[in-house]
Amino acid sequence: MQLMRCEPGVMPRSCGRVRLSLALCGLCAVCGLYSAPTLTGVLPEDTAEGLYDRYSGDNQVIEGKTWLIRKKFADKFDVQYSRVTDVVSGASVDVRLTGASPYIEQRTEDNVSMQYLRGKTTYAVGFIHSYEPDYRSNTVTYSVSQDMFGDLTTVSMNYKRQWDDIFKMVKECNNAASPCPAGDVIKVHDPAFGMKRMDERSYGIGLTQIISRNAILALNYDLITDQGFISNPYREARYSDPTVARGWSLEPEVYPHTRTSNAIGSDFKYYLPYRAAIDVQYRYYEDTFGIHSHTAQIGYTQPWRHWTFEGSFRYYVQNQADFYSDLFPFVGSQNFITANQDLSAYHSYSFGVGASYEFAIPHVPWIERSTANFRYDRLTIDYEDFRNWLLSDPAAGINPGSEPLFTLQANIYEFYLSLFF
Amino acid sequence: MRLTAHPQPDRPAPAPARRSRSAALAIAFAASAIAIALAGCSPIEPWVKPYQREHLADPIMSFDPHPASAAYLDHVYDVRQAARGGTGAVGGGCGCN
Repeated sequence: MQLMRCEPGVMPRSCGRVRLSLALCGLCAVCGLYSAPTLTGVLPEDTAEGLYDRYSGDNQVIEGKTWLIRKKFADKFDVQYSRVTDVVSGASVDVRLTGASPYIEQRTEDNVSMQYLRGKTTYAVGFIHSYEPDYRSNTVTYSVSQDMFGDLTTVSMNYKRQWDDIFKMVKECNNAASPCPAGDVIKVHDPAFGMKRMDERSYGIGLTQIISRNAILALNYDLITDQGFISNPYREARYSDPTVARGWSLEPEVYPHTRTSNAIGSDFKYYLPYRAAIDVQYRYYEDTFGIHSHTAQIGYTQPWRHWTFEGSFRYYVQNQADFYSDLFPFVGSQNFITANQDLSAYHSYSFGVGASYEFAIPHVPWIERSTANFRYDRLTIDYEDFRNWLLSDPAAGINPGSEPLFTLQANIYEFYLSLFF
Repeated sequence: MRLTAHPQPDRPAPAPARRSRSAALAIAFAASAIAIALAGCSPIEPWVKPYQREHLADPIMSFDPHPASAAYLDHVYDVRQAARGGTGAVGGGCGCN
């Protein structure tokens, strides 16, 4: 694995790719704007949404609420604000494996964006702030899109810059008593860990093409680069250790300081003769960690009277990162080390079903229509080289590296109301 | 920065670096976009007239009919898998693990 950093005077392959992509995007933009026709585009509907979601799987429950409002002004400006609150309780497998205790944590995210429509060009800027006790993230986004060829084609470009501050929480006693009463245990930032930074930049281009009166296709390409502390301050890797009874011990993870990824995706929608739609998606992904993945999804939407029903099936497969191992042979066996199950080889599939009911709210004429929506997804991940370390028991013949493979099964529920005005 | 295995006799040497296909992907995609954009410099007759787009304007044909729900599901998948991007969605960062 060769990891590269874009520095002055150094022109590794990926840096050249970034600059080539940017140059080509600029050329596309110039040609697109030059051919800008005179008709006007359309901004999205004025919308207000409230969403409740619940994720439960692997002894972990995450409950979230999302509020979103979107409003047009003078048919040229569109402002959107959303707030997400997630409450995480329990402990995922990687936390339990390292002996940490379950926890409760809250994350909030504020997202504000504005679009400006000028002729057939739409400019958008946005800012996203996410806060957790041990993780703070600020993101700035910018995008421009252009309709052309009689509105048959839309070309878009987007840029995202993200700055993350990472802390590590440790428990501390709020008074000098020993032992510390349970009610006085507090969590504070670990001064030994300090604050680490991670910087992400994303460059994307997209193309949406009307193919026929019943078919439309979207293509998207994203190049994303990370630099800084990419790892998780809590997660550890295990190595074979014959000096302890269970046969393995833990060591801190070590990640490279950079990561660059490329992803290209397509989304094809087709209108069926009896008023229904079928949706086919595919994405190919690769990165400098050595991971390649394929994502395929098929969806179906069927309206019936005031109802709209939808169903989907999603399949995802990836290989493992070059520096991943479920069990390293000895401590410090290589310079980069991870046992992050998200970087292991696995395949996953999920089924989803949803229903929307459209209704009118009496005595509120300024709301044109409203929908009540429910969606359920069942996610299964079958890891191919990530084992349940907790089942290791050499005395019973279950040696490290021979434990059962881990499987994650999660239920995802969403209920939300949408108002269009 | 190169991944190196520290010495141990019975450990096989790390695999050689794999050549990325991303350059070819980027060039092919950008070349397609350029070809389309350059073609826009000359008049093109739309093969689907505005009055023939009633099916495409149906809400069931929207790529993103429920933005809050779509953003949530993207977030769920993003924190469980290595892959990111390529979907047209833009999200912020978090320490979700």
